[in-house]
Amino acid sequence: MTTDVETKVDPRLTSGARINVKWVAVFVILGVLFPFFIDGYTSFQMTLTIIYAIAILGLNLLTGFNGQFSLGHSAFYAIGAYTAAILVYHLDFPVYVTIPIGGVVCFVAGFLFGLPALRLNGLYLALATFALAVAVPQILKSSHLEGLTGGVQGLDIFRPDVPEVLVNTFAMTMDQWWYLISFGIMLLLFWAAWNLINSRSGRAMMAIRDNPIAAQSMGINTSLYKSLTFGVSAFYTGIAGALAAIVIEFVAPDSFTFQLSILLFIGLVVGGTGSIWGAIFGGLFILMVPNIAEEVSTGLSYAVFGVILILVIYVMPSGIVGLVDILKVRLKKKL
Amino acid sequence: MELFLQQILTGLANGAIYACLALAVVMIYQAIDHFNFAQGEMAMFSTYICWSMIAVGIPYWVAFLLTIVISFAGGVAIERIIFKPIHNAPVLSHIVVFIGLLAIFNSLAGAIWDHTIKVFPSPFPDGSFNGLIGLHEIGMFFVTLILLGAIFCFFRFTRIGMAMQAAAANPDSAELVGIRVGWMLALGWGLAAAIGAVAGMMIAPIVFLDPNMMLGILLYGFAAAIVGGITSPGGAVAGGFLVGIIENLAGTYIPAIGSELKLTVALVLIVTVLLFKPNGLFGKSIVTRV
Amino acid sequence: MSNILEVKGLEASYGPTKALHGIDFSLEEGGVTTILGANGAGKTTTLRAISGMISRSGEILLAGKNIISLRTADITREGIAHVPEGRGTFVRMSTEDNLQLGAYSRSDKDEIARDIERVYSYFPILKQRRSQQAGTLSGGEAQMLAVGRALMLRPRLLLLDEPSFGLAPLIVQELFAILKKINVEDGVSMLLVEQNASLALELADHAYLLETGNIVISGTSQSILENETVRRSYLGY
Ligand SMILES: Nc1ncnc2c1ncn2[C@@H]1O[C@H](COP(=O)(O)OP(=O)(O)O)[C@@H](O)[C@H]1O
Ligand SMILES: [Mg+2]
Repeated sequence: MTTDVETKVDPRLTSGARINVKWVAVFVILGVLFPFFIDGYTSFQMTLTIIYAIAILGLNLLTGFNGQFSLGHSAFYAIGAYTAAILVYHLDFPVYVTIPIGGVVCFVAGFLFGLPALRLNGLYLALATFALAVAVPQILKSSHLEGLTGGVQGLDIFRPDVPEVLVNTFAMTMDQWWYLISFGIMLLLFWAAWNLINSRSGRAMMAIRDNPIAAQSMGINTSLYKSLTFGVSAFYTGIAGALAAIVIEFVAPDSFTFQLSILLFIGLVVGGTGSIWGAIFGGLFILMVPNIAEEVSTGLSYAVFGVILILVIYVMPSGIVGLVDILKVRLKKKL
Repeated sequence: MELFLQQILTGLANGAIYACLALAVVMIYQAIDHFNFAQGEMAMFSTYICWSMIAVGIPYWVAFLLTIVISFAGGVAIERIIFKPIHNAPVLSHIVVFIGLLAIFNSLAGAIWDHTIKVFPSPFPDGSFNGLIGLHEIGMFFVTLILLGAIFCFFRFTRIGMAMQAAAANPDSAELVGIRVGWMLALGWGLAAAIGAVAGMMIAPIVFLDPNMMLGILLYGFAAAIVGGITSPGGAVAGGFLVGIIENLAGTYIPAIGSELKLTVALVLIVTVLLFKPNGLFGKSIVTRV
Repeated sequence: MSNILEVKGLEASYGPTKALHGIDFSLEEGGVTTILGANGAGKTTTLRAISGMISRSGEILLAGKNIISLRTADITREGIAHVPEGRGTFVRMSTEDNLQLGAYSRSDKDEIARDIERVYSYFPILKQRRSQQAGTLSGGEAQMLAVGRALMLRPRLLLLDEPSFGLAPLIVQELFAILKKINVEDGVSMLLVEQNASLALELADHAYLLETGNIVISGTSQSILENETVRRSYLGY
């Protein structure tokens, strides 16, 4: 049976279905060796980039592949971070275990939030998610929860030391160790995302993005898929949040304001909507560019950041990955 | 009971602030079919321009009118210079540009006028009505109503107003009936900037002038426009008052909320409203056959 | 008779992909010409190129004047009205507002009011629906509104993109009868794009057959009707 449904697919939005094993292998090897050639501070920065990339990938699954807009992912990031911090601080959980737990808690939170959000589209969804982003830090600060969250002060936690063997054989430092853990988690999650996108479910997600009515008529349970996507998206962002809490060894409500949501959103668009690898570029961008702006002019750093944003969109209206694609096509034509 | 009345009036006073900005939101939405996240910062910047003019001795109303004209021109210029070249970029990219503009205006205002909080004059007499609501708030209420009337007439009775809505809703068809869509966008930006300027100049006497004055208010402005129905200027104003009242009553009467969770509760209520009335309280539902 | 429209070497492309490879055709003043072709042949693209809605090159002479460098809004002011594929009504506005917008480029208020009445006399159902949101009209009504809106421009040339698409046969008959009337009584020339070839050839006096961006056959409707290839592939007998 063939279903003859015309959908408007923006070619920029479809995922690269092929994975180039050669390049991935190079990427993995370089990624693993990287921390041994840079100083501790840079490894720490790279760890943060990886964490952002994971969170942006989560947002991308929702927005880029499923067409749902969110300005509220700082909330899931916060929930992941606080889940890890509370488990470690109050209940002495092993730190490593709290990372997946943070993801799962966020999956549930995202799924539950996705249910009512089903009724909302476009701007309405943007407002609802934004409300979530505004509400969560306030709730975390609330005096009623202070015993659990530490209120405005937040919670201090400590990450475990590098395993003895690694210290002895590689003289591995804490920064290197946590960089490698984050890198591993990122690879795992990117691989999972790639599989998801290229599965039946992934095609259903994209069908919903491109033409919800047609998707429905093809027998896709759009409500279930949309809520599930919300959950999976929150899962990714929650893992990123948990990792961030552990790596930074501290959580406080003011680290998770709506500005973080906006940064993640910028990372999503600048990296490339609907592209898995775009998330890495997005992570690099939101980590580095504010610092660059700060160096250009301390007083006007926001203005510089704004100008850079606008210029980036001029040069790459569909993100860094979009530009890379265009360049590839040009190169191929020349050859 | 007295407390209740007092809270309603305070809510209305706050609501007037939101309503005023919500009108600018509706205007830009009619023009570009989207929100402009930099709207609040543009209004703030306009208000600073007015403040500077008053500071060098220009009479209030002259400064007021000049600010409107300058803001209009600025809005048109932003559309022509910044948005025209990326007209075909995806919507999400436009939002990033809005965010960029927001950062630029916020930062520039801080650099030009520094971050100290400034007093902004009101054109209305000092004092209050029976000690319940300030005269400035009452004046602002009427300014909002006048703006509302003007916007309503513009969209309902003028050719150009209709053309602007048409251009936003269906640019291809609009071109086919002879509407120059590019200029409609620019006009919409200009008008929204001008209305935003009025809103800013009305709001500043209450919240004082500082580069961050609009961040929170714009959120309420969006919420008001959405609750009221984004396509309806009247709905947006009603939405503004409603949001103001809800926010105050919730903060006063729901225990365990107090002022620290006021914003959260207001937003939750708004989202709840939307779940039951997805097009807002007064918005036309858009029925389209497929 | 003189030609209202003359198209020479018209090329058009979507980004890097070319959709029209230099086509030539012409249209007699007061006549109805149809462009036939399968899905994806480039019919819509041809109309969009004439209206300036996509990037194009070549020559498009409207009553002798080259309009290739004009923009869409200005082309409509030269007297070309385009009923686009999928109707393109303003769904949130009322029927009457749609008609008003059709006359956007005119300023003769009384004449506009008279023309609205004339559209209502062609399509009485629209008068009943005058204050109803256009998005709630039935397919046939929406198509009538789209044609009516185009007429409000007082065009010399009407471009019609598959007006029969998705309509019930009876409605199609009615619509085409009115198109005929508009052509004869008001002297509006028409360029009609259709997949329904027999229907189009009934109304048109000349026809062109488009295949993947090239014109492959042209002639009077009668000669096209008798053409073996056309009969087999487009008329099905
Ligand atoms: N927006 C578009 N972007 C890219 N290619 C397009 C677009 N619209 C049409 N095309 C291509 O141009 C060709 C002609 O399309 P079209 O003029 O719509 O055909 P028709 O109207 O005859 O069915 C087709 O190959 C189609 O795939
Ligand atoms: Mg077509």
